[in-house]
Amino acid sequence: MALLELQNVHTYYGKIHALKGISVTVEKGEIVTLIGSNGAGKSTTLRTISGLEKPRLGEVRFKNQRIDTIPPHEIVKLGIAQSPEGRRIFPRLTVLENLEMGAYLHDTNSPTYRADLERVFTLFPRLYERISQKGGTLSGGEQQMLAMGRALMTRPEVLLLDEPSMGLAPVLVEQIFEIIETINGQGMTVLLVEQNALQALAIAHRGYVLQSGEIVLADVAQALSENEMVQKAYLGME
Amino acid sequence: MAAEVNAPASARFGRRSPLEVLRTVFGPVFQLFLFIVGSALALSLIVVLLALMQMGSRPDILTRALTILPQVIIDGLVRGFLFATIALGYTMVYGVLEFINFAHGEIFMVGGIVGAAIGLMLFTSGMLAGVPVLLFVAIVVLAGMVVSGSLAVAVERVAYRPLRGSPRLVPLISAIGVSLVLQDVVRLIVTNTPMGFNARYHTPDFGSPIRLFEIDLGERVVPVIVSPKALVFISVALLMLIGLNYLVNATRLGKAIRATAQDRPTASLMGINVNRIISLTFLIGGALGGAAGALFGLNVGAVNPYMGFIPGLKAFTAAVLGGIGNITGAMVGGVVLGFLEAFVSSYLSLFTNGALSGAAYADIAAFSILILILIFRPSGLLGEATTQKV
Repeated sequence: MALLELQNVHTYYGKIHALKGISVTVEKGEIVTLIGSNGAGKSTTLRTISGLEKPRLGEVRFKNQRIDTIPPHEIVKLGIAQSPEGRRIFPRLTVLENLEMGAYLHDTNSPTYRADLERVFTLFPRLYERISQKGGTLSGGEQQMLAMGRALMTRPEVLLLDEPSMGLAPVLVEQIFEIIETINGQGMTVLLVEQNALQALAIAHRGYVLQSGEIVLADVAQALSENEMVQKAYLGME
Repeated sequence: MAAEVNAPASARFGRRSPLEVLRTVFGPVFQLFLFIVGSALALSLIVVLLALMQMGSRPDILTRALTILPQVIIDGLVRGFLFATIALGYTMVYGVLEFINFAHGEIFMVGGIVGAAIGLMLFTSGMLAGVPVLLFVAIVVLAGMVVSGSLAVAVERVAYRPLRGSPRLVPLISAIGVSLVLQDVVRLIVTNTPMGFNARYHTPDFGSPIRLFEIDLGERVVPVIVSPKALVFISVALLMLIGLNYLVNATRLGKAIRATAQDRPTASLMGINVNRIISLTFLIGGALGGAAGALFGLNVGAVNPYMGFIPGLKAFTAAVLGGIGNITGAMVGGVVLGFLEAFVSSYLSLFTNGALSGAAYADIAAFSILILILIFRPSGLLGEATTQKV
């Protein structure tokens, strides 16, 4: 039984048919990546899992429980966290307050909360340096770290990452991907959406290729990065 | 390196120090205090300058201007806190939903009606004279808060929530509709009860005006008087403003409100029940408005179903003046507007030698400010320039 499972999911934005029957499975402990070009439906897939969009058809299951009918804040409670596209840091809350919001469902007086904070600051020492700075004043890379840290504060079982490398300098991209591997090494299941297919496939176990709302390829990451079509379309190789 | 980071993290951020809490709560209150003192001083200075300019033709004008000055400042404070407490309701709802709840003036009115109804009930049962003043104030304020707060929550559920996601004009029109409905429903109720359309606000005896101090102007000694009702109004309003600042800046719920205001979908990704936060915002705004209504009616001595309209519009002006969506801004905008109005209504006729009656022009002054602000500084005194949310 897969930890997270999408079965034939159709999601619409008004009349636009954004997801046309997507089926994805994520097993415990995996890094699974969704790659594809702009507008392929990658973010919509994550938004559908988190409950921000409701599928018109199909099912989303988490630990074999249907979650596509429950509101986003309940889904978080079950153990699915998302670092959304564009980071979406609360700009006028401080770094610490942003992290506290991540821990909204937990008791912030408990030692577990402190342990969570320490874990985030160990992964992202930069956040500790910026702890009382307003979220909106952070650099893009720091905001990405904060978005991921904030998602970790919800104590998830699955971490959904939407384009964590977007708009970042290559050094930072490298660093972010290393951290994703570290988190995964600590036992976190990760569903990673990326345009940066090369690096995503390098750390992922399996991957799906999305094209205009449909899955056109699904395979282990190694095989995908060797696939001719993938190489041409997403890895920039001729 | 990681280990070095760990130690201070747990030591420093396990809990918030009381000092930090005080700073987050009293920072805005201190800012408000500065604006109160600042606008009172600035306006007094203008009054003195105007008086000095006219000294040649009217030698007694400075004395006359100074005689009423303390009274004008007290009046300004009362008006200012009135606008501030109502403006908070506008600004909090705007912060979370980016929508102007034009029915908020009626929420305020309902608070006044509830207070007057309690006064009348106590009066007819003959118990009124025996009720201690502070207990009476506590009863009407709490009742106003409960009724208006729940009414605001109900209005949101019925008239605004179903329209969420529709074009922005639609809930606005719905709000105007709610405003008219509330006015006329309340009118229907009061005119069919012993209250009557213009209901008298019965209160226990608040005692005689309090003489604060006297100013010696040479030829005569002028006492500075504050009515106990005005004093109650100012104190309760101040307590509520401090309480709200504590709630919004120092509690988990307050942070959730701010997070929801800054980014609704992302707030829901944190596990925040956004609908509940929106209801809560209406509850708090409505409760503040209801308390203000109960106190305003008590201060004025009478209430009617249309009494919320003009204060509502002025409080909206105050919210825009301070920067709509900004909680400290609403308070600051309220007191600044209150002072301006008090000064215009008291001094205009003095300085125009009776040509313009000030009280009648106070409204013009208030709404001219709204227009000027919308033209020259739409973001308000404390508002941040509207930037794209990234």
